[in-house]
Amino acid sequence: MAAKRLAQVGKNCVACGSCLEVCPLGAISIWKGVIAQVRGEKCVGCGKCAKECPASAIHVIEREVQQ
Amino acid sequence: MKKTGRKRPWYEYLWIVTPIYLGLGFFNILFAWLGMIFFCLPLIIALAGGGKLYCNRYCDRGRFFALLGGKLGLSRRRPTPRWLGSRWFRYGFLIFFFAMFFQMLFTTYLVGAGQQELGQTVKLFWTFRLPWHWAYHGTLFAPWVAQFAFGFYSLMLTSTLIGFIAMVLWMPRSWCVFCPMGTMTQLICRAKAGKAQP
Repeated sequence: MAAKRLAQVGKNCVACGSCLEVCPLGAISIWKGVIAQVRGEKCVGCGKCAKECPASAIHVIEREVQQ
Repeated sequence: MKKTGRKRPWYEYLWIVTPIYLGLGFFNILFAWLGMIFFCLPLIIALAGGGKLYCNRYCDRGRFFALLGGKLGLSRRRPTPRWLGSRWFRYGFLIFFFAMFFQMLFTTYLVGAGQQELGQTVKLFWTFRLPWHWAYHGTLFAPWVAQFAFGFYSLMLTSTLIGFIAMVLWMPRSWCVFCPMGTMTQLICRAKAGKAQP
């Protein structure tokens, strides 16, 4: 069963990679050096990336209920 | 006995480069030239299609601040003010930083052309001149080589201090939000990605 929460990256991401270091599941990658990208199927919404992000660009949101 | 925990990759120890670089420049200013590596490598990697791998993995300064602010707990861990991460500030700081860089190059040119004496000082925050003559022992090279070293070391020391202050006030890697090299490499990566979206 997928986790109820999910990390979401905002456009103010500076792609510094601080989030990569703290994600326990390796669910984040940096897309072409432009923006951090969260792999939804891996992310459990623990929020460690959001706490570490210096640009406050990551927020943990509720997953939309799958119909 | 079975070992537990993962083996730390070599690049996690790169934080040591920052104190070594600043320390070497304290004793012999010509070591400041080594800073060109930190200047060129991120651009080369970004232009070669490696994205921001330098920031993500190899940046010694980022790792140094992460260590001081994270493990050593020197950071207040407050959110970085949003305006510091805004485009106008990041691009403005990039332009300002490069304007100062080119001014430093012009001073180097003046010393090379014999129109100005070699200034054996380090300029902090582009304003305050600190005596640094003990780090210059003469050189086999032309005086402009030393002038560039003094100027470049000034930039490196100033930016490290700004990053340190940002680390203490906000998040360990708050410097990364407005780092001119990071902004520039992200611009290169954006240009290379074109209109593609993740």
